[in-house]
Amino acid sequence: MAKTAYRKERVDRGIKARTDDIFALSSFREILYLVLPRLLVILFLLPLPLFLGTYWQKVMLITLIIALLAVSWDLLASVGLVSLGQALFFGVGGYLAGFFSTRWGWPPLFTIPAATLTGAVFCTLLLYPVLRLRGIYFGLITFALPLLFMRVIEATKILGGTEGLSSLPPLPEITVELYILIVVALGCVFGFRRMFDTDYGLVLKALRDNDRSVEAGGINVQWYKAQAVFLAALPAAFAGAFLTHHYQFVGMPAFALDYSILPLTSAILGGIGSFAGAMLGAFILVPLSEVLRAFGTLRVVIYSVVLVIFVVGLPEGIFHYLQRKYHQFERLVPMEEVSDGARADLKG
Amino acid sequence: MEGSLVSVLIYGMVNSAVLMLTSLGFSLTFGLSGVANFAHGGLYLVAGYMTWIFMHNMGLPFLPAALFSIVIVGLIGAVIYRLILMPVRGIVLSEVIATFAVGVAILEFFRWRGFVTYEFNLPPFLKGGIAIAGVNVDYQRILIIVIGTGLAAFLWFFSHHTKTGLALRGMAQDEYTALSLGIESDWAAGLSLALGSALAAVAALVILPLGLISINIGYDVLLIALAVSVLGGLESTAGLIVASLILGYAVVATSTYLGPQWSEVVYLAAIVLGLAIKPSGLFGKFKELEERV
Repeated sequence: MAKTAYRKERVDRGIKARTDDIFALSSFREILYLVLPRLLVILFLLPLPLFLGTYWQKVMLITLIIALLAVSWDLLASVGLVSLGQALFFGVGGYLAGFFSTRWGWPPLFTIPAATLTGAVFCTLLLYPVLRLRGIYFGLITFALPLLFMRVIEATKILGGTEGLSSLPPLPEITVELYILIVVALGCVFGFRRMFDTDYGLVLKALRDNDRSVEAGGINVQWYKAQAVFLAALPAAFAGAFLTHHYQFVGMPAFALDYSILPLTSAILGGIGSFAGAMLGAFILVPLSEVLRAFGTLRVVIYSVVLVIFVVGLPEGIFHYLQRKYHQFERLVPMEEVSDGARADLKG
Repeated sequence: MEGSLVSVLIYGMVNSAVLMLTSLGFSLTFGLSGVANFAHGGLYLVAGYMTWIFMHNMGLPFLPAALFSIVIVGLIGAVIYRLILMPVRGIVLSEVIATFAVGVAILEFFRWRGFVTYEFNLPPFLKGGIAIAGVNVDYQRILIIVIGTGLAAFLWFFSHHTKTGLALRGMAQDEYTALSLGIESDWAAGLSLALGSALAAVAALVILPLGLISINIGYDVLLIALAVSVLGGLESTAGLIVASLILGYAVVATSTYLGPQWSEVVYLAAIVLGLAIKPSGLFGKFKELEERV
């Protein structure tokens, strides 16, 4: 007996002109279609700090810090440099802010920008000789470097040694801190997204896809990769410097594995390559791990398992899934009728 | 100072053997299938704890418990390949992240279950010791040197003079050519992962009796395996031995003369400097242009 089977058909919405990000807009409604998701994010984030209690405000602060690190990870991954150690950028930024503040007594208004810039330059110079490594070998270097810094600080007792640098000047009230972070995080996400749509971003993306053909195009691969590392190090070093002043302390935990694994998990959970996905991932993962705090180290197990499931089963990530749903109609279309005999033939 | 020099020489040898045993499994899997098994440290500890459970909760003697654990850990390796690595084969980033997450999950699971107290230790095969040139060395440490050397020799023989070993190496050198000669990629990679995991278990059972079993050993083991493999280069038994000797003596020398807090710096510095200066490792022959740089 023949049965009518249905298949799901996906149709792109009509306003898309040529590629994923060039649209032909002909009405305010269509403009709204594009602006709405972006506006929703902004309208969700901006009033949020006012409604949260002190505890959840702190959680949101950590979330935004991890989001910045995840966005930075995503930028590196988009250039083909897979980092297993975002803690490197984070810790360097944190320690520089602590150093400026204890050595020269600068206020946070100066230490944070200075630590962001010098931290990014320092990390770029540090990684410059190894930018030619590809795949997991770059990952190994970034995995080893933060741990190396941690052990060297422990062994040589420089920068406070195991004690760290404490009683640094505080930042103003937590709501103000949150708004600074929200502006920076949104700026990074939208800025990097914009940047990747320009010609410059095209070169960066090409570096990931095939760096040899980029080199054959007469472009200095090493120099572009260095620029990408610098750009990626900026938000991460900022996050480190900012959290240092928030805690009024910086110590060896700044180079800890947590600051490498959480951003990585966030970015993969949310979806790689879109920056918004990395931020979304952080906003799911960090509050979730706060909720799971009662489970102790079992929550590390839980998000390791989440990580495995997403890497193996859903490599697309949440953001790309949502994006696809938003940009496409889905409808069931009847398939051509297939008789049982023919179906058996097809299977056989 | 004389005695200290002799003890550095002897304990450097022991330490080199420990490093070689620890990294044999990781290096084998990496060299044969190109999978960096970041769950190595987790599997290492699984072997240790499993043997302990077999001995204390089921009352088995040490040897059968050890054999069971080695076999089971080998199977776990094969299962990890089948369930987790096979769907993402070839995507290096996913392989590394997935195995790393499995390793962390295993280690933190044991931490959560409370496997952190002083009761967790394994008995040595041989008790007692001997004095060599005035330095006391216990038999277990000598056994480590013997087993380490034996396993390295066996692996060299296995990968150079048996059909299976040659098939695995062929797969590592050129996957497509190997495929066209009838070597199945998934079989080879699964086998290499199982072998690597079983070797991690062997290493754990020989080395862990020297001290207590603790969770952080798992992370250290991964670090050591990475350092030795990076420094020595792949698919080269000689590289593995030389890298173990260099690192083994370097670690013992630094912790004797500078202090024990420097020992981890040695491994990390070896990874960073090794990759920065000579990415293919000291003895890595090929793959330099294609994969590393």
